[in-house]
Amino acid sequence: MSHHEMPFWKKYIFSTDHKVIGLQYGITATFFLLFGFFLMILMRWQLAYPGIEIPLIGKAISETGALTPELYNALGAMHGTIMIFLGVVPMGVGAFGNYLVPLQVGACDMAFPKLNMMSYWVYFVGGVIMMMSFLMPGGAAASGWTSYPPLSVISNNAQTVWLLAMVFLITSSLLGSVNTIVTAIQLRAKGLNFMRWPIHVWAQVTTAFLLLLAFPPLEGAAVLQLADRVFGSSFFLPSGLVVSGEKLAVAGGGNPLLWQHLFWFLAHPEVYVLILPAVGIVCEIVTTNCRKPLYGYKTMVYSILFLGFMSFVVWAHHMFMTGMGVTLSSFFQATTMIISIPSVIILTTILLTLWGASIRFSVPMLFAMAFLPMFAIGGLTGLPLGLTASDIHLHDTYYVIGHFHYVVAPGSLFALMGGVYYWYPKFSGRQMNQFLGKLHFWVSFVAINCVFMPMFLMGSKGVSRRMYDQTQYSHGAATQSWNVVMSTAAFVLLLAQIPFIWNMFTAWKTGKKVENDNPWEATTLEWAASSPPPHENFPNPVEVYRNPYTYSATTRKVLPQFIPQEG
Amino acid sequence: MMEQLAKVWQDVLAGKGFEYGLPVDVSTHGFAIDNLISTLHYFMALLFVGWGIYLVYCLVRFRDREGHVADIAPQHFSLPKYLEIGVVIFEACLLVFFSYPVWAKLKTDFPDRASSLVVRITAEQFAWNIHYPGPDGKFGKTNIDLIDGTNPVGLDREDPNGKDDIVSINQFNVPVGKPVIVELGAKDVIHGFFLPNARVKHDAIPGMVFPLWFETKETGKFEIACAQLCGVGHYRMKGYFNVLTQEEYDNWLLEEEKALKEGA
Amino acid sequence: MAVHIPYIDKPNPVTGVTNAKLGIWLFLASEVMLFGALFSALITLRLGVSDWPHGYAVLNVPLATLNTVVLIFSSVTVVMAWAALKMHNLKQFRTYMSLTLLMSFIFLGIKAIEYSTKFHHGISPATSNFYAIYFVITGLHGLHIIGGIIVNAYLLGPGSKMWKSEPERFTGRIECAGLYWHFVDLVWIFLFPILYLL
Repeated sequence: MSHHEMPFWKKYIFSTDHKVIGLQYGITATFFLLFGFFLMILMRWQLAYPGIEIPLIGKAISETGALTPELYNALGAMHGTIMIFLGVVPMGVGAFGNYLVPLQVGACDMAFPKLNMMSYWVYFVGGVIMMMSFLMPGGAAASGWTSYPPLSVISNNAQTVWLLAMVFLITSSLLGSVNTIVTAIQLRAKGLNFMRWPIHVWAQVTTAFLLLLAFPPLEGAAVLQLADRVFGSSFFLPSGLVVSGEKLAVAGGGNPLLWQHLFWFLAHPEVYVLILPAVGIVCEIVTTNCRKPLYGYKTMVYSILFLGFMSFVVWAHHMFMTGMGVTLSSFFQATTMIISIPSVIILTTILLTLWGASIRFSVPMLFAMAFLPMFAIGGLTGLPLGLTASDIHLHDTYYVIGHFHYVVAPGSLFALMGGVYYWYPKFSGRQMNQFLGKLHFWVSFVAINCVFMPMFLMGSKGVSRRMYDQTQYSHGAATQSWNVVMSTAAFVLLLAQIPFIWNMFTAWKTGKKVENDNPWEATTLEWAASSPPPHENFPNPVEVYRNPYTYSATTRKVLPQFIPQEG
Repeated sequence: MMEQLAKVWQDVLAGKGFEYGLPVDVSTHGFAIDNLISTLHYFMALLFVGWGIYLVYCLVRFRDREGHVADIAPQHFSLPKYLEIGVVIFEACLLVFFSYPVWAKLKTDFPDRASSLVVRITAEQFAWNIHYPGPDGKFGKTNIDLIDGTNPVGLDREDPNGKDDIVSINQFNVPVGKPVIVELGAKDVIHGFFLPNARVKHDAIPGMVFPLWFETKETGKFEIACAQLCGVGHYRMKGYFNVLTQEEYDNWLLEEEKALKEGA
Repeated sequence: MAVHIPYIDKPNPVTGVTNAKLGIWLFLASEVMLFGALFSALITLRLGVSDWPHGYAVLNVPLATLNTVVLIFSSVTVVMAWAALKMHNLKQFRTYMSLTLLMSFIFLGIKAIEYSTKFHHGISPATSNFYAIYFVITGLHGLHIIGGIIVNAYLLGPGSKMWKSEPERFTGRIECAGLYWHFVDLVWIFLFPILYLL
């Protein structure tokens, strides 16, 4: 049947259209991001006001109305898990990747539309399973998103459900990454050779390779941990364990570090999965809003590829304190220092693009400009963590939490939000409200810095991570008031998202309609399609005539990729 | 609830609880770590402020306005290349001259056992068990089957070497100026042995025993913190790390030995 | 669906492969990482203890050898199935694909005998890490065999209707299924000596 005759459930629920699937990923991921944020809001109340009853909902959560240590640890583990695997990656890869990659290469859809649909629904089921773990006896998983054994194996909670959910989420990612790579390589429009790909496509393809090759070891490790929990094996349990005074009745002979190696072998590339789509989005927004080509396109491409490759050989910098000797630590410190080079080059290339530009301060550009210093802070604070000597003091402290949140929250998330404002006209035909956008940006920008900057101060004092109540320690008590600042800022940050959510959902129907298909005067292929594009994207085949981000030397006007040279 | 909140805000508005920066360091090796941390942060601040000034300058000078067009000619900047090379060289120097030597010293250059205080620290949910060899300097045998509420490390008091061993829960006393070698283990899950005031950190992993060493140069009463999520009691796994004068330490040993004899 | 996706039966002129071919190779790369991780786990665990049993002393080597032959044979028959389609001989395709499926069931049957013998003697993943990794790796491999059975059975049965309408695309599917099947065979060829003979 033709697309127009399909019933609602086939057109919008079980759609195989990459645009619908992209929006499905986007809406689902937004829900999970807000939910994960909400978990942290509960934790931030406890951190600022230890033991004090949570207003409104406290009594529903526990007898005293305050978080218990068990619940705090469960919320902590689930916050990390949900934000990473149900929030940022599905948004960056599932939503933006799915929606934009076929359009940016001039294809009518992903290479495997049915597989694409399956990826989304497997993600959805994985998400439901993960959420169900809150209702299981013993509560949700509570060993951190890192799930280190033996704690994760001996815990009486829904860690098993967590592992099962991860298997679903990993499968979804694997299927999705095959689709992205095949689409970008095979379904390119005429004239689109690799060095004419928009940077966003390079970023998404590299991300897809990271997901494809790094996730399976975690899947293997999850199977092993499942075996330990469900079948009584001892992959990660050494002999001689004594828990609460009782010898653990297991065969033993296992190795807790085996989990850490397998886990971090994925989880380090995973953090580049979190940042690369954001870098791609920022490049698109910046070039359009600078009215000039990207500086150093080739350099940017090679840096992204090198970053992707290097991400596989730094993983043990998360394990410096596990008894690492001189040889192994020297290797991983060196690779960690080396990986900072492409990161700096990426940042510098974007900064240099600003030189001689004509900068339009649209709402997406505000987010893209904020991304740059925020990503810089996140990246720079990785240096003391990547050197073992300084890591001795800073490992597993709030310094680490500050470091990675700067990269992911005012880093990736800002880029993703900027991307929503930027491509909103493409997928809806309307603009989001600009005033609400600016309000959202400025309040979020100030609040988010107030949430995460004090973490470096607390961490340098030695305050450990994952602390239900740090005032038990004297260095914790001495830095406790920072928590009040951070929590207040977090509550403000939550409120600041209201205009964004409101804007996102109402502009669909009431936003100002765009006058043409390319309201930002951008150069890449997705802007050749109508806003929104029809089911087959390009009713007339589209051809690529030049590099992305090109402008005419004579008229200084933008020269999109898809327009033949005039005269 | 409101009174409790008011109390918290009283402290906040009074400026209490806003400490920051590196804590006091009483170790002999910590200065190198602190030097690396501060040098690195000056470097980071320099880069950030430099980038920041450049960014703000661009945002102002190159903003879109009447009569201003972007310069679309191909650009070649050589300064960033030299800056990048400088950054790389600086990082390499930090790595080779600051970090590698500290790590090598801590991992391979152990003090002589005979002239050090050797202790075995076994972490458990949620306490630090510190096993001293006693005046004879020899550790008594331990047996996992002997572990119970009063004997957290399973010390075999029948073993002649074990008769004078001291097992303390959460009290880690050391004499100032003497190297200390810690043999670190764990009973149940991974814990993190962290002495913030001596720049010591090492994971305590069940099934493995790790040696680590440090030496103190000042007395004081400090804390042991847990630096790896170990369960619901992770936040209250505080131990006491007391650096005593040699006299205080000897007195403490004497008292412990007296208590042992009386107990027997 | 109205969209027409190119290169599903004819290869892309620049890359020289169809979409499915590229896709299956990428998928197999991820599978290499999966089994690679498990083999690394095996090596780590083995090096960590001194009393690791010898496979030939505690596992059924004759049965496993038979299984190895069965699987290699099935890899041959799946290629023959594809070759039959290349020569436009649907009947021969059916014969060879059925043989492949038969071999797969024999493999699973022998595995079932092995597993039940162990369980009968009270041996399970909880017994020791040797048995734990034995059950997990062969179990995961077994799941991959079952996955292959489902795909091959579909292609033999309802899926073969595509031969009438899109013969090239169908042949491509058999080629991809064959590639997957060779991979499953290859994993076993590593698994057999490492677990059973060392």
